[in-house]
Amino acid sequence: MITRRNALMGAAMTALTFTTAARAEAPTKVMTPAAGGDLNLPREKVKLVTPPFVHPHEQATTKGPMIKEFTLVIEEKKVVIDEQGTTFQAMTFNGSMPAPMMVVHQGDYVELTLINPETNTMPHNIDFHAATGALGGGALTHVNPGEQVVLRFKADRTGTFVYHCAPEGMIPWHVVSGMSGTIMVLPREGLKTADGKALKYDKIYYVGEYDLYVPRDENGKYKDYDTPGEAYADTLEVMRGLVPTHVVFNGKVGALTGKNAMTAKVGETIMLVHSQANRDTRPHLIGGHGDYVWETGKFDNPPEKNLETWFIRGGSAGAALYTFKQPGIYAYVNHNLIEAAELGATAHFKVEGKWNDDLMKQVKPPQPIPPQVQGALRKGMIPG
Amino acid sequence: MSAAAETTVLHAHTETLRNALLGLAGATALVSVVGALAFGLPGPAKEAPAAGIETPALVELKPQPFAYRPAGDFSQAGRPTNAALRTVSLDRPLAIMMHQVTVGEYQRCVTDGACPRVAADQRAPADQPMVGVSWRDANAYAAWLSAKLGTTWRLPTDEEWAFAAGSRWHDDVQPEGGVDPAQRWLARYTQESEREDVAQRAPLPVGSFGVNEKGVLDIAGNVWEWTESCFVRRDLAAADGTQTVNCGVRVVQGSHRTYVSDFVRDARAGGCAVGKPPSNLGFRLVRETPAWKRWPTMMARLLKGAVG
Ligand SMILES: [Cu+2]
Repeated sequence: MITRRNALMGAAMTALTFTTAARAEAPTKVMTPAAGGDLNLPREKVKLVTPPFVHPHEQATTKGPMIKEFTLVIEEKKVVIDEQGTTFQAMTFNGSMPAPMMVVHQGDYVELTLINPETNTMPHNIDFHAATGALGGGALTHVNPGEQVVLRFKADRTGTFVYHCAPEGMIPWHVVSGMSGTIMVLPREGLKTADGKALKYDKIYYVGEYDLYVPRDENGKYKDYDTPGEAYADTLEVMRGLVPTHVVFNGKVGALTGKNAMTAKVGETIMLVHSQANRDTRPHLIGGHGDYVWETGKFDNPPEKNLETWFIRGGSAGAALYTFKQPGIYAYVNHNLIEAAELGATAHFKVEGKWNDDLMKQVKPPQPIPPQVQGALRKGMIPG
Repeated sequence: MSAAAETTVLHAHTETLRNALLGLAGATALVSVVGALAFGLPGPAKEAPAAGIETPALVELKPQPFAYRPAGDFSQAGRPTNAALRTVSLDRPLAIMMHQVTVGEYQRCVTDGACPRVAADQRAPADQPMVGVSWRDANAYAAWLSAKLGTTWRLPTDEEWAFAAGSRWHDDVQPEGGVDPAQRWLARYTQESEREDVAQRAPLPVGSFGVNEKGVLDIAGNVWEWTESCFVRRDLAAADGTQTVNCGVRVVQGSHRTYVSDFVRDARAGGCAVGKPPSNLGFRLVRETPAWKRWPTMMARLLKGAVG
């Protein structure tokens, strides 16, 4: 059991520039969550769900602006990130990598209660790329273990936006340790094509990609640490090399494959939101496409059509719509295929439905090369 | 099956040629070798154990009928199908290593300069199975051990492995598809997903996965084993029995059967977009029954062939 005292000491050791840690020694008074009383708007509490799933939401709404209440609980914890059992000192919002996706509509107010339980060892905060001012909220949300804070911001522009922890002196470390998520601000009237036709999805999935930097010992074995503080110095050294040891979707190798593969049916339209809070990536659906893609994630720009691969800039989230046309197993990868196959950035879709021979057919299965073709090949001719 | 067919070889690795001659039980030949060659092999092995190298613990099994489904990709008039499950018997006794070749054992071959030093953790305990080895590495070890002991050691065929695995052999029935290939892929994917996390990934000391009813240790645990058998693709409907044999890809056996290129040491890396690879690649060897011990069986077969 980690006592708050130890926790604060741990924080003091690692938080080089964090000077307010001592303040948390005083017994904390819990603020009343309904701090947004100055706005006379209807409120709605939203229950967040663990990615790749997204909480239920309207795609278009006829309601007026609201205050949407969310709660994030910070959790520092050791997780396993690959099949070899490599451990990782993760820092998370609500225990998941990525943090849950929030969905609101343009003009809504986001009211976030950010809780840092005293079981944690470090101060944390939150920077919303969707918000305006105060470093995205980062300057107003520093919470030590044992504290909580309430922040409200207006979702004044549409799009998928990353949010992440950004404590002074240690921003990248917290981000590559797991503290990032996405908020999607939908147009009130829903998504549209370039010519104004409504776009809808039957299902939405949220994939959060991470580049992870796990230190190794002198024999090349991944090291195991008991606290984030102990992992800090070694991890920073690996980070500075800019070569990740793992590149994963949703926190670990295989988080979205096998029994956890995403599912769809032929004819269903899937919305795929993809975030990378730290580093560029390039999602690609093997055997499929992006019918409508907001590569930068910002819905005021017309979606691009029929993409093969799309680019997600580090520190952003993009969105792609695709209607499955063929059943089978699809791999959804970072199309730096080394990162996909060797480092972990692969997810799968299981798609049920009826095969369409018109789209594809194996005309002849593999068979030995016929003698006349062999002959042609031997003469250096291209048969046929 | 004719004697000639029995002694054809599937590959031309010279160091394993002799092993192959003795080991293969009837497969299509890429390179045909005169059957008689097989009879020119040494008689009773002269025990010439090199300093400190002892004959590994063996389990000796007499031939007995067992259920077996051949390895490979089979189709019926273009549609994927499974080869028939049949009751078969080996044509000779099987002497197979009780346990997988260990780190300690493999390291002696490395020290002798006969086996490649592989990237796998050099500090792994000596009593753990050697993993992270390719089919080629395993064959280098077999050649080294054969030279050291003066007896013939080789990888088991898929059939021999299945016999030794006994109740731990998994019948690898692939979902049969109709005209819709996607249904088969989905079924196979679901099947493969089921076997996730069956075993701890990191190799464990010899004996950790227990002994089967035949006295063989750790078979079908978390270390998959290379076999001598080549990948075969065959259309069962083809009247002439035409098939493609690719000996660059070998059958790998364990808690499921799979096919891996002979130079691969870690089947988890690099993989295909979908599907579950073996956790670890290791091996165990069989000691070839000396030719003189097989004379009675061979003669019986030859006679039968001559009569029938
Ligand atoms: Cu943080």
